[in-house]
Parts: sequence; structure tokens; C-alpha cells
Amino acid sequence: MKNVHAKTTKESAEPIISIRGLHKAFGEHVVLNGIDFDVFPSQVVVVIGPSGSGKSTFLRCCNGLEQAQDGTIDICGRTLVHKGRMLPDADLNALREEVGMVFQSFNLFPHLSVRDNVTLGPRKLRGLSRSRADAEADVLLQKVGLSHKAEAMPASLSGGQKQRVAIARALAMKPRVMLFDEPTSALDPELVGEVLQVMKLLASEGMTMMVVTHEMSFAKEVADVVAVMDGGGIIESGSPDVIFSQPTQARTREFLQAVLSRA
Amino acid sequence: MVTVEITSVSLLLGCVLGLLVGIGRLNSARRWVYGLCTAYVAAIRGTPLLVQLFILFFGLPQFGILLPAFVCGVIGLGIYSGAYVSEIVRGAIQSIDKGQMEAARSIGLSSGQAMRSVILPQAVVRMIPPLGNEFIALIKNSALVSLLTIHDLMHEGQKIISVSYRSLEVYLAIAVMYFVLTGLTTLALRKIELRLRVGGMVQ
Repeated sequence: MKNVHAKTTKESAEPIISIRGLHKAFGEHVVLNGIDFDVFPSQVVVVIGPSGSGKSTFLRCCNGLEQAQDGTIDICGRTLVHKGRMLPDADLNALREEVGMVFQSFNLFPHLSVRDNVTLGPRKLRGLSRSRADAEADVLLQKVGLSHKAEAMPASLSGGQKQRVAIARALAMKPRVMLFDEPTSALDPELVGEVLQVMKLLASEGMTMMVVTHEMSFAKEVADVVAVMDGGGIIESGSPDVIFSQPTQARTREFLQAVLSRA
Repeated sequence: MVTVEITSVSLLLGCVLGLLVGIGRLNSARRWVYGLCTAYVAAIRGTPLLVQLFILFFGLPQFGILLPAFVCGVIGLGIYSGAYVSEIVRGAIQSIDKGQMEAARSIGLSSGQAMRSVILPQAVVRMIPPLGNEFIALIKNSALVSLLTIHDLMHEGQKIISVSYRSLEVYLAIAVMYFVLTGLTTLALRKIELRLRVGGMVQ
């Protein structure tokens, strides 16, 4: 609780992500319907909501994997999208170095060893020598508990291990923000814990995180802010205490009831 | 052996051309590149190789472009196989899960870097079986260059027949030699594929 309080006082600082009027449609189908949202440094924002509510698309807009049609996204001191116009490719690449992304399906590079998965970015983009990059990678792999798998190929890993490598790979670029797109949804239930543990570690180190997830216990325990999405908009957001015990929106209540009754 | 020389050089040309054209046909939003590459593939696949070779060897001299027979053979076969290789390249690249490109881009790699370090190494492995087909077809098609006065396997055989009049034996011998060439190619490709599999490039 103390932790949450310390972080909320930082709201006087400038937001690290600031989103205004974000709008996105696939053809006729409107996916994001004018989202306004701020994320402050070191905050952990958990985005929840029924499937098809636009959570993943919202997250993917934040590093330019999806292009918004309208609205503005300022992130890490850059304007990623301004009135629906995206940053030119070269600047976009530089921005993505500061915004790490973890995918539901891991997307490890299957032709590279675990260590090379982690060092590819640093070697190509941060100009590190192989030995420097390897040394950094080994520190990160230790952090996610996979030092002993550095030489392994991704195909030989379990889902939980793959996802932890993916987290290390994203961290290798020394990002200021980490985006997690349903990082545990593709995992067997017994492997979810190890990934959440790494995410909690990151949160405790002050990493700014946006997490789309169905893990309500993670949201309750780690989130500073829970944002509830439905129908392409954020219908309410607030501290997990408020959202889980006294949601103001009927749709939030329905969603929580459906999710929590299952568990 | 001229047949080996001519097929290996045109194979190289075909692969380089095929790679470039295959990548050129990935994104139809780049109108010029895409249109040009598509036109090339359509023109080359839509006309007989023999006609293409004759245009190079007998047609171009009318415009004062006189290429040596060997060069005509290499260019003709190279351009021809390039069209087929490009489709193999395009298919293999498009078969790689799009999450791979997204993951590569999400760490900040440019699309070119992502293509070189992430997509192509995986795609090449998938290209090997269809490329094997293409290589074999090219070896056999190379017999056509004997009609451009090139002294390849076929041409030599016909010379022997013209003095010995033993066409069946000689043609059979030629067939066996082509069979050995294609067989060796098949074996070599299988070795490469196996090695990549052991190296973990293929699951």
C-alpha cells in the first residue's frame, strides 16, 4: 500500500505516455473510440476488459505496431502519433528502442540461441561488441532466472521460459517503458507464476509498465492504476482497490463478476 | 564441363535476381518496384525458355548487341530461373509468422535489418526444398543452350552422334550424365537441409 502511495505522488511529474483522442478502425469496424489516458513514470497500469474491447490494439498503438487514424500519442518525450500521422520510420525505430514490447505468443527468434535473441538488438542498434552484449545478456538472463539456458535454442524451452527470454530481450534495449500484451495468456496455468514474478520484479524496480492481462490477482497486487476497457474506450480507471471493490460502471461490475466467478 | 559451368553461373544469377525480385514483390504499396517485378515474372514465366534464348542470341544482334554464346546462355537461364526463384523467395518469406517481424521491429530494428537478421535466415531454410526442384529443372533446361552453339553436354553428344551414328547409346549416356548431375544436386541440398536442422535452424 505504501508503495502505491509513493507512486501516485509522482503524478505531479510529467506523464511519460500521454494519449489524447486516440481513434482506430479496421475498415468500418471501430476498435478504439477516442481514448484519453496518461501514464506517469514508474507507474504500473493494468488494462482489463472483455475480449474484443480493443485492449491489445490500444497497447499496440503505443509503439506504432498499429497505426491510429486520429489522435495524439506522446511517449518518452516524442510524439509518436499526431492527429493520426505517424512518426517517420527512422524516428519510429529509435522510439521503439525505448519502448519494450512483450507479446502473447513470445515471438522469440527460433533460429537464434537464447543469448543471441537477447543480444541481437544491442549489437545491431546500440553498437555493442559481441562480448559486451553477451555480458549484458547474461546479467539479464540471470535476472529472469535463465542463466543456465543461455546456449539453448528457443524450441527447447517451455512457454514460461520463452516468455522470460522475451522479457530479457526487450530489457536489453534499456527501455523506459515496457508494454505487455497478454503475456501469460498462451501459457499453461502452472507456468504463469514464473512470468508474473519477473514482471513484479520489474515493477518493484520502478519500470513504467502497461500490461494487458486477464490475471486479476496480478492487477490487484501490482497495479497502481487499473484501466477498464469496453467497446473501444476506457470506461473507468483508478486504483485497484476502487475498481475491484466499488466500480462505478455497471459494465465493469458485469465484467469482474464474469471473470472472478470463473476463478 | 561446360554444362556444370553454365548452370552454376546462371544458378547464382537466378538466385540473386530471384531474391531481389521476390523481396520487391512483398509490398504492393511500392507501386513501381512491385509493378516492375510482377511484369518481369509474368513475362518470363509466360514465354518459352527456348524463345527467350533465341531472342538473346539471334534477336539482339539486330540492334548491334552481340553477346558471346556462353554469356547469352548464362543470362538467358539466369533470368529464366530468377522468375521462378523469386516466387520461392516470396512464398518462403510470407510463410514466416508475422509476429517475427513485429518482434524484430519492436526492439527497434529497421525493416531492412529485421529482414536480414530475422526473416531471411528463417525463410532460407524453407526455400531449400523448392529451390532443389528449381536447380534440377535448371540443369535439365541447360540442354537447350546447345542450340546456341555452346559446347555443353548435349551439344557434344550430338557431335559424337554425327560421326558415330549411334544415337540411342549416346543419348542414353547423356541422360545418365544429367541424372548424375541432378542426383548430386539433390544429395548436396539434402545435406545442407540436414545440417541446418541439426543446427536448430529448423524445428
